Amino acid sequence: MLTCKHASRLVSEGHERDLNPLERIHLHLHLWMCSHCRHFKKQIDQLRLTVRQGWSRGDIPAKKPLPAEARERIRKTLGEQSGHPDG
Amino acid sequence: MSCNKNRDHLSQGTSEPNSMSISEPEHWLEEHGSALYSFALLHLRDSHRAEDVVQETLLAALKARARFQGGSSIRTWLIGILKHKIMDEFRRQSRELSNSGSQEEVREASELKQMNAMFNGNGSWAQPPTDWSAPDQQLAHEQFWSLIDHCLEALSPRMARLFTLRELWEMETEEVCKELSITPTNLWTTLHRARLGMRQCLENSLPH
Repeated sequence: MLTCKHASRLVSEGHERDLNPLERIHLHLHLWMCSHCRHFKKQIDQLRLTVRQGWSRGDIPAKKPLPAEARERIRKTLGEQSGHPDG
Repeated sequence: MSCNKNRDHLSQGTSEPNSMSISEPEHWLEEHGSALYSFALLHLRDSHRAEDVVQETLLAALKARARFQGGSSIRTWLIGILKHKIMDEFRRQSRELSNSGSQEEVREASELKQMNAMFNGNGSWAQPPTDWSAPDQQLAHEQFWSLIDHCLEALSPRMARLFTLRELWEMETEEVCKELSITPTNLWTTLHRARLGMRQCLENSLPH
């Protein structure tokens, strides 16, 4: 019988590679009997989905302002590199 | 030397590169600096490194601006360049870590300890996962990403790096392994630990 430790590992790996038939059977059996690991699986699935959806929608809020000192430094550097505007 | 096809138009804000702009890159810095910085900070954790890659990104964009076709928004284009810079930084950090000998061992031992703490001696859950409703239904987007940010920070830099590449960037296993010179087994072990860490942190932080 799988431990939860082992089962959780297989849940994770199932997202990365094909489990072999024996692994699959053992995992299904364990999940059938263990609500904790069912919750774990659901949590991982939800986390993945929500993160990926949010990410692809560009949901990251620009919460942290670029510090003024860095902004100034970068502006100077850009100014040096830009040289003269094209005419 | 820049493309002059938009010569007749006054600068239209963020959508078009323009040869007569006062300083286009400075305009980008104004409009997009904080967004780029936030993005970089999410990935790199360190404010100085984040500032550096923002600068590198804008410099690279400056050089490449003639090639910007205008098909996507300026921000999307800049983020694309930023992602390359972040990937460069990830490669560098990964190399540094694998060359660091005993530091690598310490990291491994610490990660293993953290993971083992989540299970009892007999392999059962020390803190059994509960039944969530979907995380983003409980929180506004901003709050959710604050939480993700906060929980990513709790991971080791290496775990956060690998989690980001697989889960956020959806990079394939093969590519991650090639870029960072690690084996698939190594990657999967780390991802599992990262997921354990993330879900525990999220569970502890969500309203009940």
